[in-house]
Amino acid sequence: MEALFLLLASPLLGGLALWALGEREVAPEVNAGFSAATLAAAAWLTAGVVSSGPVEGFAGQFFVDPLNVFLVALTAFVAFTTSLFSRPYMRVEREKGRMTAGRLRLYHSMYQVFTFTMLLALTTNNMGILWVAMEAATLATVLLVSVYRTPASLEAAWKYFILCGVGIAQALFGTILLYFAAERVLGAHGDALLWTHLDLVKSQLEPAIMSLAFVFLLVGYGTKVGLVPLHNWLPDAHAEGPTPISAVLSGLLLNVALYAVIRCKVLADGALASRFASNMMMGFGLLSVVVAAFFLSRQRDIKRMFAYSSIEHMGLATFAFGMGGPIASFAGLLHMTVHSLVKSAIFFAVGHAAQKAGTQLMEDIRGLLRTNPTIGWGLMIGTLAILGMPPFGVFASEFLILTTAMREHAWATPILLLALGVAFAAVFSRVQPMVFGETLLKRLPHQPALAPVFIHLGLGLMLGLYIPPYLAAWYRQAARLLG
Amino acid sequence: MNPLAPQVVNLFAAGLLLLAFAMLAQRRIVTLIDLFALQGLALVGSTVTMAWATDQPHLYYSAAITFALKVVALPWILHRLVRRLNVKWDVETLINIPTMMIVGILLVVFAFNLALPISELSRSFARGTLGIALACVLMSFLMMITRSKAVPQVIGFLSMENGLFFAATSATYGMPMVVELGIALDVLVGMVILGVFLFQIREQFDSLDIHHLEKLKED
Amino acid sequence: MNVEGILLQLTALVVALVLGPLLTGWVNQCRAWLQGRRAPPLTQPFRALHKLFWKESVMAHEASAMYRAAPYVVFSCMLLACMIIPTLTTNLPLAPAADAIALVGLFALARLFVSLAAMDVGTAFGSLGARREMLVGFLAEPAFLMVLFTASLISSSTSLATIVSSLAHREIAILPSLAFAGVAFTMVSLAENARVPVDNPATHLELTMIHEALLLEYSGRHLALMEWAASLKLFAYSCAGLALFFPWGVAQANDRVALALALPVLVAKLAAGGFLLALIETILAKMRIFRVPEFLATAFLLGVLALLVRLLLGA
Repeated sequence: MEALFLLLASPLLGGLALWALGEREVAPEVNAGFSAATLAAAAWLTAGVVSSGPVEGFAGQFFVDPLNVFLVALTAFVAFTTSLFSRPYMRVEREKGRMTAGRLRLYHSMYQVFTFTMLLALTTNNMGILWVAMEAATLATVLLVSVYRTPASLEAAWKYFILCGVGIAQALFGTILLYFAAERVLGAHGDALLWTHLDLVKSQLEPAIMSLAFVFLLVGYGTKVGLVPLHNWLPDAHAEGPTPISAVLSGLLLNVALYAVIRCKVLADGALASRFASNMMMGFGLLSVVVAAFFLSRQRDIKRMFAYSSIEHMGLATFAFGMGGPIASFAGLLHMTVHSLVKSAIFFAVGHAAQKAGTQLMEDIRGLLRTNPTIGWGLMIGTLAILGMPPFGVFASEFLILTTAMREHAWATPILLLALGVAFAAVFSRVQPMVFGETLLKRLPHQPALAPVFIHLGLGLMLGLYIPPYLAAWYRQAARLLG
Repeated sequence: MNPLAPQVVNLFAAGLLLLAFAMLAQRRIVTLIDLFALQGLALVGSTVTMAWATDQPHLYYSAAITFALKVVALPWILHRLVRRLNVKWDVETLINIPTMMIVGILLVVFAFNLALPISELSRSFARGTLGIALACVLMSFLMMITRSKAVPQVIGFLSMENGLFFAATSATYGMPMVVELGIALDVLVGMVILGVFLFQIREQFDSLDIHHLEKLKED
Repeated sequence: MNVEGILLQLTALVVALVLGPLLTGWVNQCRAWLQGRRAPPLTQPFRALHKLFWKESVMAHEASAMYRAAPYVVFSCMLLACMIIPTLTTNLPLAPAADAIALVGLFALARLFVSLAAMDVGTAFGSLGARREMLVGFLAEPAFLMVLFTASLISSSTSLATIVSSLAHREIAILPSLAFAGVAFTMVSLAENARVPVDNPATHLELTMIHEALLLEYSGRHLALMEWAASLKLFAYSCAGLALFFPWGVAQANDRVALALALPVLVAKLAAGGFLLALIETILAKMRIFRVPEFLATAFLLGVLALLVRLLLGA
């Protein structure tokens, strides 16, 4: 209970404190400090859940079980390392004049508020509060996407606001329908929207309502996951916002949205007793993988390219959860974890590379290995990792997903393989000249924060080679919760 | 239960639908904001009627929140925004108005058909109005995609939320209070952020025409 | 077909012929009062008709037989329409033929003849007026049909007599569908009767005319018949509106007391309706022609909405 309270209070207080402090020089360090406190609370909570099972808090309004506790830990961890990365990055941006003191204050306080909303979404038991937190997460980052005030960034933020807003309105309708179905069984009071209560009675929920509710919920939260055809906001928001924001959007927000979809899917599966929900998820996931893979080759901006890569990987994870079953769910959870770690590592490296070259266009960035070997190797290894090369974790999860597909849905396997192959070719052919090759650029004035990059990549490697037994058991427990 | 109550709620629902169509056909932004306020008022009216007829006090609080937010606060913010941004002129729509009306009618039929199986399952006495709520949502969506200026798009977005709220009250006697408070907070914060954002857009482009915001394409 | 039935029908005929121009005169009086002018006397339209009947009718050389026949056809259509709408009683011998769709058909027939006649002589303004009249009619007719269908759905029949009797006897309830249908009907009747905001009946500017342009070539008795037909049209629309939305007071079968009261009640209702019309004409400004389709599309929309609300909500 205390761990949960601390987990939520820390980023909220951080947001308020940074709004008050904001324009001082120590703001980045304070940001990192609050993120560290959040991480400590998350670790405490994780230890508690791993040892003594699911935790309910505040009169059942919060619920932490093995499924969301690992996401909580992941969120807190990536938020912490991103805050470490953002320290020198934002200093350089400030010196270049792209960020003013006022904007930095907004950035730091909204960063903490964003972390708070994501953790709230992950730990709440109330489906309505889940919706509120998801919408709040969008609102917290809208102004951050447009923080550079260029025409492109304003457009990206407007698209983000409107498209995600419309999407989340669909999710609200889905939640209303869910409440409607729940009220018939559980009665009309606040407990009818609690996931734990719904989980107990899910077979009694009316199938007609639940199928319609799931469609709206999938479309709504799926917009935030970045499923095609609702993905239009994603490449722009990732490309035009500051890199730390791209990293947390890609690494964390997409995960939280997918978590919301999974929770709804569990309820829908219980109510419908058919593969309707699974088929829909598989369809959207497959579509996302294919479309994103083919769009990858047309990109010229490096962050846009990796944004499409995020769409592809989230599509793959959605497909895995759609297939269902212990192995596929395990693979899906593993995929969410390693994608989060490796993609944020890539964005860290890309951020520094783009800062150095002064541009995000890939044809203008060359020869990273010569000027900053660490950035160059970070980018190269990260790209190889995200493209599914062994021995990294992404290979393990993709392998599991493909083998399950081959066993149960053989028709999807050639499509997936083709898409993954196309993506590999597209991304690798772009990154290779960036890393190798000749260049005239100088080194960066500040020492780039590369510890986060290599920590993440190291973890990705470890998860690929050897998953510690307690972690594996943890994943299996979570997979079992998904049915 | 008073037999007059379902009729009054139906009347408000029909009024809501009418207002949604009126917003679809309206050209002037200031009138659009006033229509939005009227829609909020119709919403408050129907919620109060249901509260009185079914003796559920939490619906009174819900109606009070709706009144404070959608009839007072949001229109005031929007009016102030429009004045300071100087966007009082008429807006042209992307499709002409008679065509939009006909598409609106088709959407209403579609929404009613979609909502029919669910309405039959509802125990609320105002269940026929779920179709109207869904129709309002779809028409607000239509309004959003056929307008080329920022402020009407935002108003379309807000009236979509109105429709959703009406769906909640008509099918299920409203959502739990804590959720409604959360939603209201979200909407308010969203409006504030939007206000800031529109200023940024105007500063950059000297206009609030959405066509300026369509330059990012695949290349 | 008993004697009483024939008598009632003839009474309806005479009432229509007399009250039609009176209604037009009343509307003009109210408008003058509202606009602060001195009003012409109530019987002014009769004097105008009388004057026209005694004047010589002049026609163009190229005018065809249809041009000569048109005023008579139009007048007959309007008179027939007035006879089948239950103005005083629902117990009319023509009641079996008094179908709502037939009513619309009668108006359409009249419109057809008047437009063709206007184009017959080949003047520019005639064609202009005919085209505009057809535009208004094309959009107003579906709207009117939707209103009638809504009323038919509520009373489960398209016979005007059945509609009136069932609507008069239903329990007091707020029916949003009838409210929408009422607004739609008002808009349609404003358009069809060439009233502000669609057309100014007192205008002299040919370029803004719709209805007047169709009558420019007529003179003498033909003009008299056309003007009388226009008043009858207004009377018919008003009675249709009253029958659909305020049917109380129309005598049902074999109710002699109500029959005696029907005429005063009708006069009172028409007076109120006429005043309302004058009020609307004073408050609103005439729309530009290209906005008329929007206006009528809105009326159509409201009609369809009324229909949908009735079908799907049962309200």
